Amino acid sequence: MTTLAHRPSSASPRRVRRLKEIGLGYLLVLPALAIFAVFTFYPFVHNFKLAFYQTPPVPGLPAHYVGLHQVTQVLSSSSFLESLSTTFIFVALIVPISLIAGLALAVVAHRKLRGMSVYRMIFSSTVVSSVAVAAVVFGTLMNPIVGLLPWLGINPTPPLLENTTWALPSVALMTIWQFLGLSFIIMSAGLQSVPEEVLEAARIDGATAWTRFWRVTVPMLSPTIFFGVVVGTIFAFQSFGQIDILIGAQNAAYRHVDVLIYNIVNTLTQDNNPGAAAVMSIALFLITLVLTLLQLRFLERRVQYAD
Amino acid sequence: MAQVTFDEVTKRYDGTLAVDRFNLSVTDGELLVLLGPSGCGKTTALRMVAGLEELTEGSISIGDDVVNDVDPKDRDVAMVFQSYALYPHLNVAKNIEFPLRQRGIEKRERERLVNDTAQMLGLGDTLARKPGQLSGGQRQRVALARAIVRNPKVFLMDEPLSNLDAALRVQTRADIVALQQRLGTTTLYVTHDQVEAMTMGHRIAVMSHGELQQVAAPQDLYVRPANTFVAGFLGSPGMNLMPGRLEAGEGPGPFVRVAGGVVPLPAPVAGSDPDVVLGVRPEGLRIARDGPVAATVTIVELLGAEAHVICSLEDGTRLVIRQDNAQPRPGQKETISVSVDPGSIHIFSASDGTRRDVPG
Repeated sequence: MTTLAHRPSSASPRRVRRLKEIGLGYLLVLPALAIFAVFTFYPFVHNFKLAFYQTPPVPGLPAHYVGLHQVTQVLSSSSFLESLSTTFIFVALIVPISLIAGLALAVVAHRKLRGMSVYRMIFSSTVVSSVAVAAVVFGTLMNPIVGLLPWLGINPTPPLLENTTWALPSVALMTIWQFLGLSFIIMSAGLQSVPEEVLEAARIDGATAWTRFWRVTVPMLSPTIFFGVVVGTIFAFQSFGQIDILIGAQNAAYRHVDVLIYNIVNTLTQDNNPGAAAVMSIALFLITLVLTLLQLRFLERRVQYAD
Repeated sequence: MAQVTFDEVTKRYDGTLAVDRFNLSVTDGELLVLLGPSGCGKTTALRMVAGLEELTEGSISIGDDVVNDVDPKDRDVAMVFQSYALYPHLNVAKNIEFPLRQRGIEKRERERLVNDTAQMLGLGDTLARKPGQLSGGQRQRVALARAIVRNPKVFLMDEPLSNLDAALRVQTRADIVALQQRLGTTTLYVTHDQVEAMTMGHRIAVMSHGELQQVAAPQDLYVRPANTFVAGFLGSPGMNLMPGRLEAGEGPGPFVRVAGGVVPLPAPVAGSDPDVVLGVRPEGLRIARDGPVAATVTIVELLGAEAHVICSLEDGTRLVIRQDNAQPRPGQKETISVSVDPGSIHIFSASDGTRRDVPG
């Protein structure tokens, strides 16, 4: 308790209390900050440093400063450019298919039918399945001897996952399956936000179910769809586990599934070239950053209907 | 233009009865108000005409056609929703144009109709704007414009004024009446607001618990309510209802004994059951030195142009007396005697609440 006699100026006890509060605040976030510092901030900054240092191909020699030389060299290398184009193909396979499939499932599950909640749970369950487990399951399904797909007659030579044509689509298929759950959840949430009365108004105004979907539901879902595109793109850009498990560096089709993040890991672990890996990491970071900024910008601008 | 007929319409949702054997005919060109407290089934009745709800039993016809199995888009009705339900991604012009587009009307004709309708409703300068950029009143007019632009057989309006502020509501009320008069389109208008109902409706259908209570012109409804529900629901405050017992008298009519006194009736009452409910509007009661009923004042509400004296009979029955400013105000807890204007006496059955003062 403060009394008038102890107050040299009226604001000071209040300021002391405020400082204490701020101090406590920092104390509480300190553990989280420490973890971030060690595992995120430091590697992030260190990564920029690595980009400017070249490691000699002979082990044991120290890395030396090369300035922007390594950056331009890596970014113009055929390895990086091919890897970038593989990544874009991979993303282009995954994002549209998983979003359209997610929307289709969401539309089906949006109906008020008995037992629909079970389907909702099933549809969204792929979100919680681990990449490793999913990859092993898909690897088994695609196995040329015991697999389901070969049993169904889909069995090219060389086998799916060693096939230079089919390896990337096969990995994409698994990734689509995995992103489908999140896509379904995003689209379901979007559908919930389309007011029932607006669709009823369209019914009375003479719109068929088809027109209602394309002229009312889809336009009103556009922020949701855009959000899905961004999240899906980032998700696809960061796919690593399934490629490592399904394909692996020993595989004949390895070069055809060499997406950016896989290239980064291999450059570091196989080629032992941290400098080049750092440059590509920064490139991946910038691509993700641009996507995120685009999304924030778009979501901010979206028109709010309700009061 | 067409009449709308409900024939024994019933709607049940998982066991709850929303609308119960509803019979009503809205004549061609009429503005009929469906009035009732929330949950009385009025909106369900309206939505069944629109085709947004299926009937459990009975039939609804528009014009000469039973529309039970007709898709909403083929019923040629237009609806204005309480939330307006505008298309948020389309601008005002496109919103108004939407129903025309669905009907395959050619572009030039669409533009002409949109412009004419927008002019009529004073939306001329808002055509390029999105609903999110409009005020509540403007959105409401866009919803109206979208409804009238295609000249439907029937307008359905579901509490279209309840999201507007009080001043705008009064003005829009008059605008809708004028518009309906000019277009002459059969209109079914749902509201829980009795002032809206009284001022707008050619006739009012009062609903309660899914059942139709009475259909009549506003003044008739007020003057001759068919039962205690209508009597108590209409009027602000509603009719005073006092349980009582009929007793034979020497005058032209019998007496009603209520808690706190005996009220003579001006005419005989139909039926033999002596248990009745005596109904008197607040303006039919006066504080008089020699009034037949004794009551205790609970509170006096001063409203400026008038005052409401709220008092209670000895059995706790609440009475409201409407006073003009010339009458002296009683004090709180004062015991007063109340006289009843013989012309404003209503008698209802105590068992089912129906009106009983009609001989025969």
